[in-house]
Amino acid sequence: MYKYDEYDQQMVDTRVAEFRDQVRRRVAGDLTEDQFKPLRLQNGLYLQLHAYMLRVAVPYGTLNGTQMHLLGDIADKYDRGYGHFTTRQNIQYNWIKLEETPDILAELAKVEMHAIQTSGNCIRNISSDQFAGAAADEIVDPRPYAELLRQWSSFHPEFLVLPRKFKIAVIASEKDRAAMRLHDIGIKMVKNDAGEIGAQFYAGGGMGRTPMIAPLIREFVPLDQLITYSEACLRVYNRYGRRDNKYKARIKILVHELGRDEYVRQVEEEFAHLQTLAIEPPLAELERIKAHFVDPAFETGLSDDLDLTDPDFRLWVERNTTAHKQPGYIIATVSLKPVGGIPGDASADQIRLMAKLGTQYSFDELRVTHAQNIVFPHVKKADLYTVWKALDEAGLGTANLDTVGDIIACPGLDYCSLANARSIPVAQKISERFGSAQKQAEIGELKLKISGCINACGHHHAGHIGILGVDKKGLENYQLLFGGSEGADTSLAKIIGPGFTEDGVVDAIEKATEVYLANKQGEERFLDTYRRIGMDPFKEAIYG
Amino acid sequence: MKILTGNDLKSGAVVWWTGFGWSLDVNDSADVGDHGPAIIAREEGAQNVFAAYVVDGEKTEEGVRPAHIKERIRALGPTVRPDLTLKPTDPDAINWVI
Repeated sequence: MYKYDEYDQQMVDTRVAEFRDQVRRRVAGDLTEDQFKPLRLQNGLYLQLHAYMLRVAVPYGTLNGTQMHLLGDIADKYDRGYGHFTTRQNIQYNWIKLEETPDILAELAKVEMHAIQTSGNCIRNISSDQFAGAAADEIVDPRPYAELLRQWSSFHPEFLVLPRKFKIAVIASEKDRAAMRLHDIGIKMVKNDAGEIGAQFYAGGGMGRTPMIAPLIREFVPLDQLITYSEACLRVYNRYGRRDNKYKARIKILVHELGRDEYVRQVEEEFAHLQTLAIEPPLAELERIKAHFVDPAFETGLSDDLDLTDPDFRLWVERNTTAHKQPGYIIATVSLKPVGGIPGDASADQIRLMAKLGTQYSFDELRVTHAQNIVFPHVKKADLYTVWKALDEAGLGTANLDTVGDIIACPGLDYCSLANARSIPVAQKISERFGSAQKQAEIGELKLKISGCINACGHHHAGHIGILGVDKKGLENYQLLFGGSEGADTSLAKIIGPGFTEDGVVDAIEKATEVYLANKQGEERFLDTYRRIGMDPFKEAIYG
Repeated sequence: MKILTGNDLKSGAVVWWTGFGWSLDVNDSADVGDHGPAIIAREEGAQNVFAAYVVDGEKTEEGVRPAHIKERIRALGPTVRPDLTLKPTDPDAINWVI
């Protein structure tokens, strides 16, 4: 994985010192909250419902064991013994003290981490496929391109005050595991007819109050124009994106209002202009970055056999592992969704255990997924049972990946100052209602996502079943949506009808699964059946 | 009644205006009537608190109850982690929120 050079380290260290001074001045009364707020937000420090919250960046979701271990230590030393992994592949701490924040950032800097650009109207943490570099179906490792974009977008003087926040995802396989087309810019690494690697660009996607799927804006951008084309996309948005209305300020609104073709025309015009300025970093820089992402020293000639006599292990292997590109290895996903648990939360001890296992059994690599789980990307199959045993003993052995129990949920009104309703209790009740392995196996893949407000941090628009919490005259109410997807078959979910109470929405979901099971044909997933038979049978069962 | 809440500058902790200072316990809240904005301006200016705002509430037999669930959660703590609330040993505390 990428290792900081002296410039990276200096930038991060300098920022820590700068923020330390800003905190000192704030506490001394030399800065008002209005003056300080944009400064703390630039360093990932929010004010939430109960306290300060610190969001730490995990670039494209990749971590080493030392970094993960420190995240556990920070949870113990500066927070209340746990952290929350987010849908942006980051981690958040919910109980941070202002005066300790510079010390936390200094500790993070020592392991090449930071909280820069995890807030504010700038280019946020670049996200990517959590299986990058390991997946059998990728055409290339997308992380070097994500890293190049990270370096380009970090402290970019032109793009630190955009009309609104800006999210980029980079993938390199047909099976989209990063919700690429629901980003402001989605980049898919592709191979052209000549066998050359390049980037396919999508722009104007997103969730929030106006969900949109990003249209394709360019089939192929050569690698030696990747940054220049990205700059052109951002420049057009920065120039014409609306700043008068924050609800219409995202690039999706610009692309929608201009129309895809006009946006593309303007980007191409800007692109042509930028090419005359020669802003593209030399390809040697990309090659330098790529050298950090070479495959680990995989052993060859390993057996692909797994001893599956332990039924619980067999279930976990069936549910939570994915094919690896290297024979004898496997990708293992650790579910942070135990039955009745809080999606994405992990205790300090659990975080340190995962760090240790990642170091020992996955070539010192871990990944955070946008579905709020953790991945060991390179586990030798011969070690897999040992890894699972250790996880299971720590409450991390749940076998429910991509099932109704593997729920994405935002922090909701339990933590978030923007939320209208609680998300986590709903997730817990659904998780308990569908807690049996037999029931989950019967239902199969069902991606369920819950947001506590229209900002859609819980990706409800992209759920096979989505739940949106709203405030109805001071009471929590939950709207149900069906038919969303964030994969290669991206679609937006639609509201099925009037909302429900907390218990009512759980009952409604159970009825929906009954309709699915009664109507499914062959190997159809819930989503496939819904797409085939439409909403009416579900509405009839739920509303009578 | 009108009550005031804000956050302690250093800890970020949720606090409530008592009429004389700031308390972690919503039950210490004073009814500020129409004086909320003036108190906020003074207290924020003195760096005693920040992000303060006025909340509707009512005086009940159990104490002061903010009118909206958001402020009740704010007053108690996350309903999904009773151990992290201000009443970790009170099994009924969550019911007060809902």
